[in-house]
Amino acid sequence: MTEIRRTTNNAAGTAGGLPARDGLRPPLSPLESAARVRRLGSLYVLEHWLRAMRGYGWTVLLTAVGTPLVYLFAMGVGLAALVDANTGAGGVPLGAGRAVPYLVFVAPALLATAAIMVAAEENTYPVMSGFKWRRTYYGPQATPLASRQLVNGHCLGVLCRLLLTCGLYFLFLLLFGAVPEASGWAMIPTAALGGFAFGLPLMAYASGIEDEKGQFALVQRFVVMPLFLFSGTFFPLEAMPPAVRWFGWISPLWHSTELGRVAGYGQVEPAWLTVLRVCYLALLAAAGWLLARRVYARRLGT
Amino acid sequence: MSQAHRPDSAGRGDIVVSARNLTKKFGDFTAVDAISFQVRAGESFGLLGPNGAGKSTTMRMIGGVSRRTSGELAIMGLDPDRHGPEIRAHLGVVPQQDNLDQELRVRDNLIVYGRYFGLPHSYLRPKADELLEFAQLADKARAKVDALSGGMKRRLTIARSLVNDPRMLLLDEPTTGLDPQARHILWDRLFRLKESGVTLILTTHYMDEAEQLCDRLIVVDKGRIMAEGSPAALIREHSTREVLELRFGSERNAAVAAELGGIGERQEALPDRVLIYADDGEAALEQVSGRGLRPLTSLVRRSSLEDVFLRLTGRSLID
Repeated sequence: MTEIRRTTNNAAGTAGGLPARDGLRPPLSPLESAARVRRLGSLYVLEHWLRAMRGYGWTVLLTAVGTPLVYLFAMGVGLAALVDANTGAGGVPLGAGRAVPYLVFVAPALLATAAIMVAAEENTYPVMSGFKWRRTYYGPQATPLASRQLVNGHCLGVLCRLLLTCGLYFLFLLLFGAVPEASGWAMIPTAALGGFAFGLPLMAYASGIEDEKGQFALVQRFVVMPLFLFSGTFFPLEAMPPAVRWFGWISPLWHSTELGRVAGYGQVEPAWLTVLRVCYLALLAAAGWLLARRVYARRLGT
Repeated sequence: MSQAHRPDSAGRGDIVVSARNLTKKFGDFTAVDAISFQVRAGESFGLLGPNGAGKSTTMRMIGGVSRRTSGELAIMGLDPDRHGPEIRAHLGVVPQQDNLDQELRVRDNLIVYGRYFGLPHSYLRPKADELLEFAQLADKARAKVDALSGGMKRRLTIARSLVNDPRMLLLDEPTTGLDPQARHILWDRLFRLKESGVTLILTTHYMDEAEQLCDRLIVVDKGRIMAEGSPAALIREHSTREVLELRFGSERNAAVAAELGGIGERQEALPDRVLIYADDGEAALEQVSGRGLRPLTSLVRRSSLEDVFLRLTGRSLID
């Protein structure tokens, strides 16, 4: 790192300080500074994001630890006892005479749902806060940072939180004995991908809102909750009437859940379908990302 | 003055902002209407005008965060449409509305902001302390931003804008909403920066602020430049040396104004008072008394930019 220079042009005296002349001078010229921010701007946003998170880090951690405990006891232990006792075949049938305990069946879905919940939270109120409530986007706007780097940095921050949440969730799944396959860890990245597939389009939507009049509560109630309930989370999608199965097909949660099941207990499906699911989730995420960058650029002008 | 290690910064007297027929439209509404001006390095340049005159829009274009509709604009010789980040790296910006991060502590606000200029922590940590000293906020370093008064937040915003040691500072209504004492502290800080050679570009609708801080200013109304010059020259050109303010009661002001013909250079009848523009206010007051008119109150004062604005637009600066 370049050394820091202190000029000693002291003619005007130092009382009160004259930072522009007598103070510390930055080690980078403006053009060097702009070039550096072009390369690393997104990481500075991430740094800001993590620093701000220290204020509510405990909430994040408690949610990440508490949620799996509550759901695993309720669904994985309580509901599972009922289901396993009544399916006869030793759990949820997989076809070809195989079956898995209900806990194992529901575990990847719960983890994928946790990712969706985090994505829903991080891509609504904080976005509105940046543009309107706390106007935190307008500080960086005046710096060399570009608006697309705000989007990217935000995504990096959300990625950190998704990996933390899903990682902890996965540890609890292991403790509860809910992951029979060694490849089970792969449900962490697939759940995170599902989080982005849902979160980035939501971010684009949230960034376009000028006035929040309860839209986010509606999203929570009429998008997130139905996703949670009807994406093959608690029962296979095939158990739903054919007329409403389409909801699962378009649901990013269903696809990330199914990917988690392939990884977690070896649910059998054709390879092309697995690839298709990954592509679909990636496509949703990419579309949301591009759209969000456009909206940010329009609103911030940078 | 050591400029050796800043090859890309302007020397004193160089043109740092150049606008020609600068125009900004929002749909059918023309916020800035083909204005032209130049600012030189080290100068303190003001945009004076009422709310909605197009001052902030102009500032946002200079600051590289709003694209012009037409015309030419160069900041430090760079086109903001193509070199936004490079231009912003040169500037310090104090926005009209504070946008400090309330979730961070006072000192952290400076450090986080400095990171957005790509500056290392080893520079930012001592720099933050130095700036807090300058902003008289050293004892608040670990306080929450929420706990600061309006004037303190403003000073912190100014301190923040200096974190990259900019040679040019954009200040949009820097003291709006502050009490008189807080304004004077702020002016003092800005004056020190001006003395140290920082180019100041500020918008204001306070004439006293413009008079205190600006070497030269443009008077803007409805997106157009009405006049340009130093505060003293503008007053000389568009007003008399003194102004006699008379109050006859809101019912009678207009009627009495009709009887004042010939006193001073001209008169202006406002709803709450009558203004008589004269080089010798006391003499004008004697003439008024001589005509048997007895105002409720009378005041002789020096002409201000407010009078210039009134003369140019027929309206008062603060509606």
